[in-house]
Parts: sequence; C-alpha cells; structure tokens
Amino acid sequence: MANSIQGTGRGPSLQQQRQRAAFWFIAPMLAALLLVAAWPLCRTIWFSFTDTSLDNLYGGSWAGFDNYLQIRTLESGRVLYRGTLVDPDWWNAVWNTVKFSVVSVLFETVLGLIVALVLNAEFKGRGLVRAAILIPWAIPTIVSAKMWAWMLNDQFGIINDILLNLGLISQKIAWTASTDTAMTAVLIVDIWKTTPFMALLILAGLQMVPRDIYEAAKIDGINPVKVFFRVTLPLIRPALMVAVIFRMLDALRIFDLIYVLTPNSKATKTMSVISRENMIDFNNFAYGAAQSTLLFALIAIFVSLYIWLGKVDLSGEGGK
Amino acid sequence: MSFGVKGRALRSAAFAAILAAAGSPVLADELFYVSGAVGKAVENFATLVKPWEDATGHKVTLVPMPASTSDQFGQYRLWLAAGAADIDLYQTDVIWAPQLAEHFVDLTEAAKDLAPTHFPSIIESQTVDGKLVALPIFTDAPALYYRKDLLEKHGKSVPKTWAELTATAQAIQDAERAEGKADLWGFVWQGNAYEGLTCDALEWVKSFGGGQIVEPDGSISINNENAVAALETAKGWVGTISPGGVLAYQEEEARGVWQTGNAVFMRNWPYAYGLGNSDDSAVKGLFDVAPLPSGTEGGPSAATLGGWNVAVSKYSTKQEAAISLALYLAGPEAQKARALSESNLPTIVALYDDADIAAQQPIIPRWKEVFLQAVPRPSAPTKGKYNEVSAKFWSAVHNTLSGNGTAAENLELLEVELSDIKGDGWK
Repeated sequence: MANSIQGTGRGPSLQQQRQRAAFWFIAPMLAALLLVAAWPLCRTIWFSFTDTSLDNLYGGSWAGFDNYLQIRTLESGRVLYRGTLVDPDWWNAVWNTVKFSVVSVLFETVLGLIVALVLNAEFKGRGLVRAAILIPWAIPTIVSAKMWAWMLNDQFGIINDILLNLGLISQKIAWTASTDTAMTAVLIVDIWKTTPFMALLILAGLQMVPRDIYEAAKIDGINPVKVFFRVTLPLIRPALMVAVIFRMLDALRIFDLIYVLTPNSKATKTMSVISRENMIDFNNFAYGAAQSTLLFALIAIFVSLYIWLGKVDLSGEGGK
Repeated sequence: MSFGVKGRALRSAAFAAILAAAGSPVLADELFYVSGAVGKAVENFATLVKPWEDATGHKVTLVPMPASTSDQFGQYRLWLAAGAADIDLYQTDVIWAPQLAEHFVDLTEAAKDLAPTHFPSIIESQTVDGKLVALPIFTDAPALYYRKDLLEKHGKSVPKTWAELTATAQAIQDAERAEGKADLWGFVWQGNAYEGLTCDALEWVKSFGGGQIVEPDGSISINNENAVAALETAKGWVGTISPGGVLAYQEEEARGVWQTGNAVFMRNWPYAYGLGNSDDSAVKGLFDVAPLPSGTEGGPSAATLGGWNVAVSKYSTKQEAAISLALYLAGPEAQKARALSESNLPTIVALYDDADIAAQQPIIPRWKEVFLQAVPRPSAPTKGKYNEVSAKFWSAVHNTLSGNGTAAENLELLEVELSDIKGDGWK
C-alpha cells in the first residue's frame, strides 16, 4: 500500500519512462552490434600488437608495435626498418585504394545524378525503368565480377570483339592482365555496378524538393541550367553528401570485385586485399591484423574529416 | 581451466563412441571431400568412389572448389584454423604438406602397406617430421603439347630448346596468319600472377641452369645470370608468339585457346591430354606431347612436380571412414580408374606397366620420361614461408613479363625480399 502511494508520487516521469522503454527496444541491436562489430574490431586491434598466427589463434604473445614499425640497429651500425609502415607493398595498396575510391565515387556521383534527374522526370513507363536500372546493383558482386571477367577476356571476350568490329582498337586488349588497363577494368565494372545505387539515393533527395519552387522558377523564366545549379543542387546537397560518404566507405574497403577480377595484379591490390593475403595466404596473421587496423583508422579519420569539413548533417534533424 | 579439461575429456569420450559406432557397418557415414575442380573432375568423382561406397555402405559428397590452388589454400587454411568438422577429407596440393601438417591425421600406420608401393620421393614430400600428412592420389608433371599437323605442314621438328620453340612458333604463326587464321598464336602457357606462374617460371629458370629459387639447403639462389636470361627469354614471347592476355591465363584459359585450335604449342598438365582428345575438341587426334624444352643445346629440361594428395582432417568426427576412403583413393584401383578417365598420372610405380593404361592412355607410360626430369618447388626448405616466397617469386616474374623493370632488377630485389622473409632461418 505504502509502496504504491510512493510510486505514484515520486515515480519516473513520462519522458523518463519513454527513454527507458526506448533503451530496452534498442538493447538487442546494441548487443548484436557489440558482438558482431565491436568485439571483432577490438580483437583485430589486439591481434595487431601480438605475434599471433592463424594456426595458433590463442597462443600469440605481446609484440608491441613491431607489426607497425620496428627499428633495429645491427651490430654493424646499420639501422633496419621493418613493419607495415615501411612496407612498399602496403603503401602501393593504400595508393591503389585511394585512386580507386576517388575515381569510382566521382564517376558514380556524376552519372548517378544524371540518371536520377532523368528518373525524376515524368514519363511513361517510369516505374519499369526505375526497376530495370537497379539490376546491376541487385546482382551479387561475385557474379557480376565473373561475368565481366568473361566479357573482358582478351581472346573470347565480347568487349574486344565489339571494339574490334567498330574499328576502335586494332588488336585485342588484355584488359585484366596488363598493368596499364587492370585498374581501368576494375573501375568500369564498379561504376557499372554502383551507379544505380547512387542514382537511387540521389533520387530520394530529388523527390523531397518541393515542386512549387520549380514552378516559380519557370514563371520567372530562369534558364534550366541555372535552376539546376542554383535550386536543385543546393537543395539535394544533404542527400548527395550522405550518398557520397556511403559510397566512399564502401569503396575504401573494396575487396570482392578485385579479388575475383584481378586477384594478384599489383596495379589493383587494395588495402583489404593485401591484408587478407597476409592473414591467410602468408600466415602473417598479426601483420595482416595491423594492416586491417590501419585501414580502419584511415577510414575513421577520413569520415571524421568529411563530416567536419563538409558540415554533413547525419542526425536527420535538418535545419541550417 | 578445469572445465576446459573436463570438456575435452567428455568430447574425446564422445569421439571414441562415434568411432566405435562408425566401425559397425549398420551406421553409414556421410563424408565430405573437398577438392578443386578442373576439366571433368566433378563428373568423374561419383563414378570413381562408387565401388568404395558399395563396399563400405558409406556415402561421400564432393565439395567442388575453384580451380586456382591459391584460392583453395586460403579457404582450407581458414576452415582448418577454425577446426571445422564439416569437411572430412581435403585434396591437397603437393606443396601444402609442411604448412598444414598439424591439422591432419598421421596416416603412417594406416598406410604402412600402401605407402611403399608409391614413388618414394612423393611419399617423402608428404612426410613432415616423420608424420605422413597426406596420401598421393595422382602426380603431375607438365609437358609441351604440340600440333603434329601444323609442324608437319611447315616442315618443322619438335623443338628441343626454348630458342627453337620461339623460332618455330613465330614461323608457323606468321605463315598461318598469312593464310587468314588471324587468331592463331604460337605458344600459350600460364602467366597469371598465381601459383601456376611459379611453376612455369621455375621450369624456365631450372632449364637454363638457374637453380630452383631456394635450394634444398635453404640458400637463396635466384639472383643469377642464367635466371635473368630465362626470364628475358620468356618476356620476349609476350605479345609476339603468346597473346598479351597470357599474363592473365591460368591452366583453363590456356587450354581454351589450345582446344579451340588456336595455338601451336601449349605448356600444360596431363589432364589436358584426355580433354584435348575428347569428341568436342577441335584438336582431337592432331596433337602430341614432348618433354618441355631445355635452356641450352643438349642441356637439361625441367618440369615442375605437381600432384594431388588426400589428407584426413584432425577435426573430422568420422575419421575411421575418412581414412578408409583416403586409402581407397590412393590405392591401385582408384588410381588406375583416374588414369583411364582423366589421364592423371599414377603415383604407384607398378601402374606404369599396366596393360590397360598403356592401351587406353598411351601417354602415361611415356610421361615417365617427363616425370624423371621433375623439379620440386622449394616448399620443403622454406617450410611455413613457402606461400610468401612463391608469391614474391611470381610477382617478380609477372613484373618482368609485363615490363615493370628488367629481369635483372626484379631478381635482385627478389633476393633482398626473400632474405628478409628468411631472416635468421626458414621457419
């Protein structure tokens, strides 16, 4: 009796009750995230400071920063530098990843914007076209990479056949084999695959733009190009920035496409590819873990800078 | 900790019970056998194991993997490191024994009668610190495939040296192209940056007298003039007698060009012989094989020793049945069946004198000659570092072939990199 009286008098407010309920609704997801994201991440970071090998995952001992950078002075006085941070293969992979990410995201954004503008216009069969354009994004990467590998094959591939018949090239190009064209081949496939995704995100932004603004612009007789740059672009900027960062995050950790299309080409090896190679193929598990950790750190820094410099609003609350 | 020990004791008791159960013929086990698949391997496997299934009442399912040995290795290492019990038997490459030894069951005792009938060198390659890690099911040594009809038409003989091969291939390619066969190439091989390129390049280097990358005593020998000459020769083929795309070819791509009748010469393993003579092949009956050319006039030829073995996973819960299957696959009956159906080379010495094999696959007794020239990859001396050594080697070769630096520069760099990996000794 006394308890219930006390409860009604000093119990949690409605706001507090709501927050508590919200916490319990979110808790399962938080637990799942801790289990599948935070825990493996912490494990990887821990592994990178040990000398663990894949054959003995629980038997590694502390190795400090040796996997990152190890400076040893030999008896002769010569100084030796070892570790990922002085590994030319690693820096080559970093450069490949950056090059891939910047070029692919740039093309995907521009092409995605064009596609989105077309799809935003009213025309007959728009629903069908919208569905059809998503097909490349819906195909699993492994399948599309294999498919493109055959299309890009130097002897039997349809790409070479078409280009030869059109007279654009005089002899068959070994797209995935040559170091000059390997990156181009990977970029072509990635842009083909991911442009629909960008188009979809940008289209969502475009549909939020109120129609009456365009009508007002039309009445005022403003050039459509000017409308695009002065009205459309600023209004879809928040959606565009979010779309770009989603793609960038994906591109920086690109693995599957390259692993299938040009697995061992030095011209296309990315950070993820080289880290897997060390972890599994070469049995340098801890070294690979160090590279994974660096990859994580690079992405984290990049995202922070992007959000800070781009003033991206990820909270979804809008406002200037 | 005490819980862990108890858990383990319980598990081993359960394990013993399972083993006992497997012994009785009433309970049939279902085994999973994982293997890379080239050519018709998947189709033939069911026929191959049928007699064993009928005799024991067990069932076995093939889990096919990609043809690239590097891809297979990555996956197997992952499964084994996780102690996965899903796969009972692994088909392993000849070079994997030292790297995966601790995950497999010791077959010394089970195979004490069978092992001595195999080539001793192959059994030795699968023995790590006295433990027989895997049983050989077939061996592999590549050869030079050549088009009899084209050589005859242009009055050329089978090349004995790489220089002769270059000249012959160029001459025939030019002449045939002049007659309108625009897609004909002189020589196809495996130039992709993967384990196969290590095999191809080791043959060039060895046949030029350039050693075998890392010698049996563990010393790094790759940076020498002969090796440089070998790689420069090979580089000269790309874009002249071999298509530029050869730098992305594995075995099956090379066979694709060859079997559609678009190559004069091909370097490949014996499996391509049976397939090349199948009914849908454009070169059926038009080709033959010879040992690979040598670097210098009258010098030695070299063929990289390949071959596949069967290993039983330590984590399998049906080990007794699995060992029985391993013994069957490595035994004379299965090896003979494989030789007849897939032109795989037996590892049992006596099968080279078998009348049926000689009649149906005349190539096999003749391959003994190739097999005698076989050179092992340095997997034994480099131990757990073999994959890294091989990757560095194939990268250096691939760089050279694709014009990133000269052979001399790349091999000099390779020597430094290998010394770094070696450190104060191979482990």
